[in-house]
Amino acid sequence: MAGSTLHDGLTPLNEASVQKSDDAHGYYTLGDKLVDPVAPVGPIAERWTTRKFENRLVNPANRRKLDVIIVGTGLAGGAAAATLGEAGYNVKSFCYQDSPRRAHSIAAQGGINAAKNYKEDGDSTFRLFYDTVKGGDYRSRESNVYRLAEVSANIIDQCVAQGVPFARDYGGLLDNRSFGGVQVSRTFYARGQTGQQLLIGAYQAMERQVAAGTVEQFTRHEMLELVVVDGKARGIIARDMVTGEIETHLADVVVLATGGYGNVFFLSTNAMGSNVTAAWRAHRKGAYMANPCYTQIHPTCIPVSGDHQSKLTLMSESLRNDGRIWVPKKKEDCDKDPRDIPEEDRDYYLERIYPSFGNLVPRDIASRQAKNMCDEGRGVGPMVGDFRRGVYLDFTDAIKRYGKAGVEEKYDNLFDMYERITGENPYEVPMRIYPAVHYVMGGLWVDYHLQSNIPGLFVSGEANFSDHGANRLGASALMQGLADGYFVLPNTIRDYLADGPFEKIDESHEAVVEAKRSVQERIDRFLSIDGTRSADSYHKELGNIMWEYCGMERTEEGLRKAIDLIRELKADFWSNLKVLGSADTLNQSLEKAGRVADFIELGELMCIDALNRRESCGGHFRAESQTDDGEALRHDDEFAYVAAWEWGGDSLEGGQPVLHKEDLIYTAIEMKQRSYK
Amino acid sequence: MNLTLKIWRQDGPDDTGGIHTYEVSGISQDMSFLEMLDVLNEQLNEKGEEPVAFDSDCREGICGMCSLMINGEAHGPEVTTTCQLHMRSFSDGDTITIEPWRAEPFPVIKDLVVDRSAFDRIIQSGGFVSANTGSAPEANAAPVPRDKAMRAFNVATCIGCGACVAACPNGSASLFLGAKITHLGELPQGQPERWTRVVDMVGQHDHEGFGGCTNIGECAAACPKEIPLDVISQLNKDLRTALKNGH
Ligand SMILES: Cc1cc2nc3c(=O)[nH]c(=O)nc-3n(C[C@H](O)[C@H](O)[C@H](O)COP(=O)(O)OP(=O)(O)OC[C@H]3O[C@@H](n4cnc5c(N)ncnc54)[C@H](O)[C@@H]3O)c2cc1C
Ligand code: SF4
Ligand code: FES
Repeated sequence: MAGSTLHDGLTPLNEASVQKSDDAHGYYTLGDKLVDPVAPVGPIAERWTTRKFENRLVNPANRRKLDVIIVGTGLAGGAAAATLGEAGYNVKSFCYQDSPRRAHSIAAQGGINAAKNYKEDGDSTFRLFYDTVKGGDYRSRESNVYRLAEVSANIIDQCVAQGVPFARDYGGLLDNRSFGGVQVSRTFYARGQTGQQLLIGAYQAMERQVAAGTVEQFTRHEMLELVVVDGKARGIIARDMVTGEIETHLADVVVLATGGYGNVFFLSTNAMGSNVTAAWRAHRKGAYMANPCYTQIHPTCIPVSGDHQSKLTLMSESLRNDGRIWVPKKKEDCDKDPRDIPEEDRDYYLERIYPSFGNLVPRDIASRQAKNMCDEGRGVGPMVGDFRRGVYLDFTDAIKRYGKAGVEEKYDNLFDMYERITGENPYEVPMRIYPAVHYVMGGLWVDYHLQSNIPGLFVSGEANFSDHGANRLGASALMQGLADGYFVLPNTIRDYLADGPFEKIDESHEAVVEAKRSVQERIDRFLSIDGTRSADSYHKELGNIMWEYCGMERTEEGLRKAIDLIRELKADFWSNLKVLGSADTLNQSLEKAGRVADFIELGELMCIDALNRRESCGGHFRAESQTDDGEALRHDDEFAYVAAWEWGGDSLEGGQPVLHKEDLIYTAIEMKQRSYK
Repeated sequence: MNLTLKIWRQDGPDDTGGIHTYEVSGISQDMSFLEMLDVLNEQLNEKGEEPVAFDSDCREGICGMCSLMINGEAHGPEVTTTCQLHMRSFSDGDTITIEPWRAEPFPVIKDLVVDRSAFDRIIQSGGFVSANTGSAPEANAAPVPRDKAMRAFNVATCIGCGACVAACPNGSASLFLGAKITHLGELPQGQPERWTRVVDMVGQHDHEGFGGCTNIGECAAACPKEIPLDVISQLNKDLRTALKNGH
């Protein structure tokens, strides 16, 4: 009975799930069900207010004696460091770049949502909450999402106060636009550089605290291990990437704000250094990894041009408003100049298959169909391997309609960026686009307080799992990062720290020594394998496997094959890797080796998670679960749960991950199938 | 394309360093400059030579991490970041010289990687608005005229890459400084600390060992974000006003 998993005072609207199929049988063991121990009760609109009041206080004199470690300086980590520093705690902040200002959040283009209702177009906290839960295909937690919608308006106030130069209208008031299929205008933006401006705001607030002495910043430092003492997170082991020194940093509480793991696919829109190491090391120390298979794939990226490619660049989705998407009808035409292909030989496939939505179908559908066209051999652009990975995004009609100047005004900098990367002028030759991995909805499991199942370990931003479900709507990741950092963590960490002062531990503690030793041994091992292949080459191979079998479309057979391939790759990695140089200087090959080792293990878990989930929802499309006309088919009766995976040992030694299910019970919102037709 | 690369190699901060020559082949026009270096590094690794260390992260022109002097020009021949420079800007058979940013306040860490933490310390000295979290007024309470908002935005796009310093014969960071002073100085939120900010930031700039500005303009010419030279006038004007009023 659904109600039995809930606290008193709430009436569930849906039943708890009962899984009947089990494709992943033999790859995992089933653990106990999981419940969020601090899930709030009562009317949804009052849950966060009540909780803030209930959370205990720490008096200002005591705050100075409490130490907080924050790994990551993106929107989630930077905002948290600034806020907790300002509150008077002793904060240590870590990032692997040379400056906190360079965290991957800097690259976000489109904008940040907030339920301000400045346009009086019917927006409200509840509507933002509703859109986000629905957009996530009902695989996120309603209490967390409601809180996100609730604090969204404060985020804009905070950022404006810091001097973030948002777009403004002629009267000098803030401007909004609409985004990602939403019917209200709630997205705040700073031209195409919203992430940059928000991050600079958080960074400057954090640097102010550095000057005030409450935050100490450690740049070019990589966290390589979590220190757990008596079941509680008490610190990290980090490598100074310049001197190679392995350092121990102890604290009363540890926050991971280390971003997403999309780079497991090798090619993605993520920054080169984005990695899973911090989260994965915590996972191996007992933290659960939730919904790892949920990947967001963005349809409008600049395609791969050759084997050399190191990353992919996103082009704003707004281009689909005016561009028409097509591929040649005949394979023979694929290497022709597109301008020489007559109208009747072009297949405007989205307009053909989805006559009512046309080129504006949702992200997952647009992506999947582009892949289908290329798989059929009708892709365009250069051959990469034995494939052409691209479809045309054609502005000829738009140029006819608005003139070149009209198109220029709307999209100019995007057209320039495209030309710089591809060397082709998109005003003359149709653009080519292809889907790319962009964001991950999975991450470490957290409760309502953003605390993982390891007490004292908090996780925020893209690194946690709770707010986006199976699919993230545009402009909501920035919102979540800042909500977590400025408004949620400062309240929930305070409640945890009110239990302090905690017993002091020192570096000679057995758990610390052990953590440090394991880091050292791992580094020594990388340097001593002395094989023939670079870490990069393994990363690329892993990426190919993941994209092929755990990318836009997944099948039972493909996922089984991927797991076998990854296990072979893992065995080879540990016997044939080649890392030159030494451990006591800057050594980028060594850094990569550590990250790739973790990506390989994560990739295996992603495939097992995807195999287990025999349903299609959001960014997870299982070919076995689709409607007659090819749409994604969810199975709420079986899969309305969070899959929280416990580390069960290395698979090469017979270990198996343990699956804990947390039922997703809705009390304020009714589950519905999404329909695109 | 086949290329000859003359690359600055330096083992560590205390090493003297020097130029090494490498031949690299199989370079396609579509590669970015950094992807070309990736190819070189794969080849070096295979030969058992340690790869060349260089900085990059976003490879999208926005994080400010990449930083190479290419044939004596900061970020190379085009007005963009190194990661957005593509090999079609070069020709088959070219010889390309690659060095790290050269400026005393940016010491070399290894090969092409330098330490730019001086920029963080300049921001710490006043490059912020003191707005405590949770107490911010309603965002639309203080409208910002559109021209001011535009100007603030245009200069707030500085990515902190340091190309301006590397390009300046004086090793001055005035463009970087001017961009921040102008960004915050244009907005109502930046007014309360406007005068102390400029004095403190210029003080820190000089303390770090950056040189003075003599209006040569190489900075603005090299800046991938096209920060205009007039932010330096704004900087000087604010500094004069502040000093005159005893800040
Ligand atoms: C091209 C692009 C465009 C996007 N556009 C939008 C948009 O318009 N709107 C939107 O809402 N979202 C957008 N997103 C998504 C959004 O930018 C990210 O999800 C979000 O910024 C993540 O923030 P974060 O703070 O969680 O992590 P990040 O910003 O990724 O920060 C991670 C931090 O962790 C540090 N770190 C990681 N591992 C370690 C380690 N082991 N040791 C030490 N430090 C470590 C890094 O140094 C960094 O400081 C976009 C994403 C991309 C790729
Ligand atoms: S002013 Fe221009 S060159 Fe200087 S740091 Fe900023 S973006 Fe780089
Ligand atoms: S790598 Fe980020 S700007 Fe070049």
